[in-house]
Amino acid sequence: MNLPILMAAIVFWLAAWAFNEWLVRQRFESDAANSAARFAVPLLFGITLLVLWEGIVRGFSVPSVLLPAPSMIWQRLISSVPTLMADFRQTFLKAVLTGYALGCGLGFVVAILIDRSPFLQKGLLPLGNFVSALPVIGVAPIMVMWFGFDWQSKVAVVVIMTFFPMLVNTIAGLAASSHMERDLMQTYAASWWQTLIKLRLPAAWPFIFNALKINSTLALIGAIVAEFFGTPIVGMGFRISTEVGRMNVDMVWAEIAVAAVAGSAFYGVVALIERAVTFWHPSIRGGRA
Amino acid sequence: MREESFLRDKLLPVGTVVALLIVIWYVAAVFLNAPFERDTAARAGTEIGFSEIVHNTMAQERPVLPAPHQVIAEIWDTTFNKPITSKRSLVYHAWITLSATLLGFGIGAVLGILLAIGIVHNRAMDRSLMPWVIASQTIPILAVAPMIIVVLNAIGISGLLPKALISTYLSFFPVVVGMVKGLRSPEVIQLDLMHTYNASKAQTFWKLRWPSSMPYLFTSLKVAVAISLVGAIVGELPTGAVAGLGARLLAGSYYGQTVQIWSALFMAAALAAVLVMIVGFAHTAVLKRMGAKP
Repeated sequence: MNLPILMAAIVFWLAAWAFNEWLVRQRFESDAANSAARFAVPLLFGITLLVLWEGIVRGFSVPSVLLPAPSMIWQRLISSVPTLMADFRQTFLKAVLTGYALGCGLGFVVAILIDRSPFLQKGLLPLGNFVSALPVIGVAPIMVMWFGFDWQSKVAVVVIMTFFPMLVNTIAGLAASSHMERDLMQTYAASWWQTLIKLRLPAAWPFIFNALKINSTLALIGAIVAEFFGTPIVGMGFRISTEVGRMNVDMVWAEIAVAAVAGSAFYGVVALIERAVTFWHPSIRGGRA
Repeated sequence: MREESFLRDKLLPVGTVVALLIVIWYVAAVFLNAPFERDTAARAGTEIGFSEIVHNTMAQERPVLPAPHQVIAEIWDTTFNKPITSKRSLVYHAWITLSATLLGFGIGAVLGILLAIGIVHNRAMDRSLMPWVIASQTIPILAVAPMIIVVLNAIGISGLLPKALISTYLSFFPVVVGMVKGLRSPEVIQLDLMHTYNASKAQTFWKLRWPSSMPYLFTSLKVAVAISLVGAIVGELPTGAVAGLGARLLAGSYYGQTVQIWSALFMAAALAAVLVMIVGFAHTAVLKRMGAKP
């Protein structure tokens, strides 16, 4: 047991905690300082978590097979960039992005196609809601069987996973504009297309972006889990399952770190686009995302 | 506005779409399974007619896409014709998955509610924890599932708990987000009223915040229970496919038993539907008890 390191980590944790408590109570003169403080609090919390993790692992000399220290994971990450890059390309750039675009696009198009038929909507909406609650990930083995081991089968899984949330949200969003507004469009003698593009789609954006955000995490999960069922010798899911078998836990954590950063960045990009597109929405004007 | 009628607005449209899907399924089954029949016929050196192909594709041993009645027959067979303790019984596997799901869901719900209470009452926790709660969900935890199971196994925790922990991780998030929203849902005017009553923080919590958060809680519980089932199923994949619905999926994919995969899939779907329905019933019961209008 390495007491000084453990103590140092705990002291750092308490100090950071106290600093955070102090920081959230401050009001600074300038806006820049305020927003910096707003940014610093969660950042400090994250750093504290890492320090505490490192401290506990070193302090109690936890074997690295169980839980490697962050510094060890970082070294591994740096030393195996080419492998990680290849996995990232296979899983994220090929499977996730293609599947995400296809699934979301398909859900959106189908929602617009059935927009003119209330009958189909009433039939599809409960089903879509039902399917969204199902463990859709279970189709992964079937897709691997149908479309082969390569990234095409992962695309199929991602398409199925992302399709229904998009469908349900788009249908709900297209119904979001009020009767008054639609009546106004009618008095302008607007056609169905004009009403769609000028009124109903803009009103539907918050719903659609909601689905896009949900799907951004679903897509990554779908692609990685589908790789557990069979894959060529590259890919994030493949690397995780084989390196676990070889007890190379630091490599697994490096892969997880890449996945986490990729997932967060993907989510962040979608959220940024949302801010730009739905700048008028109360939740964004209020300054809270 | 017209009055809502169950038959015209619910049963008829949903029934039509479901019937349509079943028809599409049958057609797809014929098309996807036909090449195999043609191959066998060609190898045997015989001609095979269209009606015979259709007939044969309905009853293949290992079809590319099993016909719906094959799946239903398999579910019936493995549910009712096998003793529940047998490893061939689907009920046995479903129970294993269900117990992990419920344990994980329980821990996740309690953890989520506690975190939400902390976030609502402490500014530092709100600022520092909330972004990380959101970030935690962009990590594909299901990818980490094999890791967690192996690590926990190594330190002697095995069986139900590792799977349940994955369910917990997935299910606490919707509860936190929903409860934070719910506990903040009382309006300023109501909080002010509590203030004029000289209510303590605890009193405000139990008499105002907690009751008004109920609708939010149950909405997130529905999402949470569905997602913790997914967690439990994926948690079963890396354990070497011993038992559970996830293990059935994996074993089925190893041995090409498509009918088995589909029946496990349908069982999982039924399980999810029942769980969500139970939470829904609890929701209505609690709201009724609180005097909400039906």
